[in-house]
Amino acid sequence: MKSSQIAIETHNLTVSYNRRPVLWNIDFSIPQGQIIGIIGPNGSGKTTLLKAIMGLVPLSSGYVKVFDQELEEVRERISYVPQRETVDWDFPASVMDVVLMGRYRKGNIIKRLSKLDRELATEALEKVNMLEYSQRQISQLSGGQQQRVFIARSLAQGADLYIMDEPFVGVDAATEEAILNLLSEMKKAGKTVVVVHHDLQTAKDYFDWIVLLNTRLVAVGPKKEIFNESLLQEAYGGKLNVLSKVGDLMKEKGFPIRENRK
Amino acid sequence: MQETFDFLSFSDPNVRLVVLGTMILGASSALVGAFAFLRKRALVGDAIAHAILPGVCLSFMISGSKNPFLLILGAFMSGWLGLLLIDAIQRTTKLKSDAAIGIILSVFFGLGILLLTGIQHNGNAAQAGLDKFLFGQAAAMSRLDIYVFAGIGLLLMIVILTFYKAFKLVSFNPDYAKVIGLPVKGLEILLSTLTVLAVAVGIQAVGVVLMAALLITPASGARFWTDKLGLMIFIATVFGAISAFLGSYVSYVAPSMPTGPWVVMFLSIITVASIWFAPKRGLSYRLKTQRANKRKILIENILKVFYHLGEKSEDFEKGRNIEQLMKSRGMREEEWNGGLKRLLRKNLVRRKADRWIITQQGLIEAQRIVRLHRLWEMYLNQRLKLEPDHVHNDAEAIEHIITPELEKQLEKELDHPIRDPHKSKIPYAN
Repeated sequence: MKSSQIAIETHNLTVSYNRRPVLWNIDFSIPQGQIIGIIGPNGSGKTTLLKAIMGLVPLSSGYVKVFDQELEEVRERISYVPQRETVDWDFPASVMDVVLMGRYRKGNIIKRLSKLDRELATEALEKVNMLEYSQRQISQLSGGQQQRVFIARSLAQGADLYIMDEPFVGVDAATEEAILNLLSEMKKAGKTVVVVHHDLQTAKDYFDWIVLLNTRLVAVGPKKEIFNESLLQEAYGGKLNVLSKVGDLMKEKGFPIRENRK
Repeated sequence: MQETFDFLSFSDPNVRLVVLGTMILGASSALVGAFAFLRKRALVGDAIAHAILPGVCLSFMISGSKNPFLLILGAFMSGWLGLLLIDAIQRTTKLKSDAAIGIILSVFFGLGILLLTGIQHNGNAAQAGLDKFLFGQAAAMSRLDIYVFAGIGLLLMIVILTFYKAFKLVSFNPDYAKVIGLPVKGLEILLSTLTVLAVAVGIQAVGVVLMAALLITPASGARFWTDKLGLMIFIATVFGAISAFLGSYVSYVAPSMPTGPWVVMFLSIITVASIWFAPKRGLSYRLKTQRANKRKILIENILKVFYHLGEKSEDFEKGRNIEQLMKSRGMREEEWNGGLKRLLRKNLVRRKADRWIITQQGLIEAQRIVRLHRLWEMYLNQRLKLEPDHVHNDAEAIEHIITPELEKQLEKELDHPIRDPHKSKIPYAN
């Protein structure tokens, strides 16, 4: 893959919580313009990988490049759709308020939003079929509607790389279909979408590329190369015993993951 | 009476100044506190307020004066030190935030009280009034104090309005803010700094011990009135200002009264009233809807009794006396009497001597309820595969809440069934 076609490159990425590594030496490149699924069993570090890519958790080692650049250079081209439960939906805000947050920029944070910002937010709401709810208080939405609001916020941002954490969890059939339609539209528009997903059955239909994860990288590639018995067995057949024991030891004894780092 | 008049007329420029100053303090604390409330940091405000006391005392001990700039500087520094230590405790030990807050609050406050007692026994004439920091005494403020504090209060308001959008996003979804490149750490430090400043000046009005109330109570009350953030913050600010006004009034009329407890009393009254009276979220509203639901269930159940009796005897228009009615459904006599009276008023039943007769209008309504009941039984039976003897109790409750839209959908989905799972006829209109 030429570096100009790479959306995300991780190099030897290790991430720890309380010194215990939860991702070991993740090293991969994924292409632009594809819908990429990150899949793996519970506790395999899928969400942590997303957060590491976006700089939300400190790295114990390695680095991440997005569009062949440092993360800080390209932040405005990245959009994040967090898991629904990570925010308090009782927050006093309307659907429109939340979608407008997608138009916030470092550069306009003390200015008022423009008419264009409002138009783009309206357009995004229309794309997820939520325009009629634009004045609704967010606590009155169903789970699927909340998910669509988050996606609309992300669309309003107008990014090139979309990173979604479990968008299909707990949503109704209508929302699922709406999201899938959006994904294929985004692909047509040349966007890259990275989606954390836990369901193997549907992963085959949803994605072009797969990152198969279980605290370490099991495989990465176009889906037809990944969906074979032995790779899936490797990813879902449980954690590597010695690897997780070493992790436990590091936590217990307080050892660093790299000798020469703080 | 004369005092009230003096106070309200604002004829005394000194009163005017004190009241205005206290109101700005109340308003700016409420404004800053609204964000602490939204970020679920209510108790951090309390810890800061207590952590400020040793700073105030130390700065007095070093400078020997009650210069407001120096006192605020000391307060600001020890407030921030408290904040940093709360953070550090959580990061380096496994203690959770509530424990860390509790430790810092009590240690700093204990230290502050020790220093304060030391100062008071020192015989320094200038110290008089320093103990006002415990419960606040608006009237004790000097002209310079008021200018400084009110100036800081206004500054807080300007900063909050300037960064309103950013604070909103950081309070709602900090991770998202970080991803789009906002300086979240910096904004959080700014918010904390504003909180420390608000506390440092607010303790003049209400004192260290009750400062948390001035931060958190206005927003808690305001939340009941609206779902709009801007409006909520505005209401909170108004609550803060009104309480400060009333509190300083009481301590003006009765100079021995500390301002703080009175401000907090008025705040509490406003908040309790909000919890009780606010539309939709308020408790009285919820009680009212519950009572209305109960009434609806009662009269609908009575109409059903008329229908069932009519169905059995194939005579819907026949009059029934109260004994007959009571035999068909186990409800208390006063429930029957109340329900029948209500139905009479709505013209759904009429009365002939000791007999009750369902009206045409009542019969239509009764049909509707029985129809919903039987449709729902049918739905449970067909869609949820429940046995016919398991569906009745469920339908007894659901029949009262099905809307006409849902009814249409039910009829369509079940293809207008003629009989329910117990083979009773489903009554349709016409």
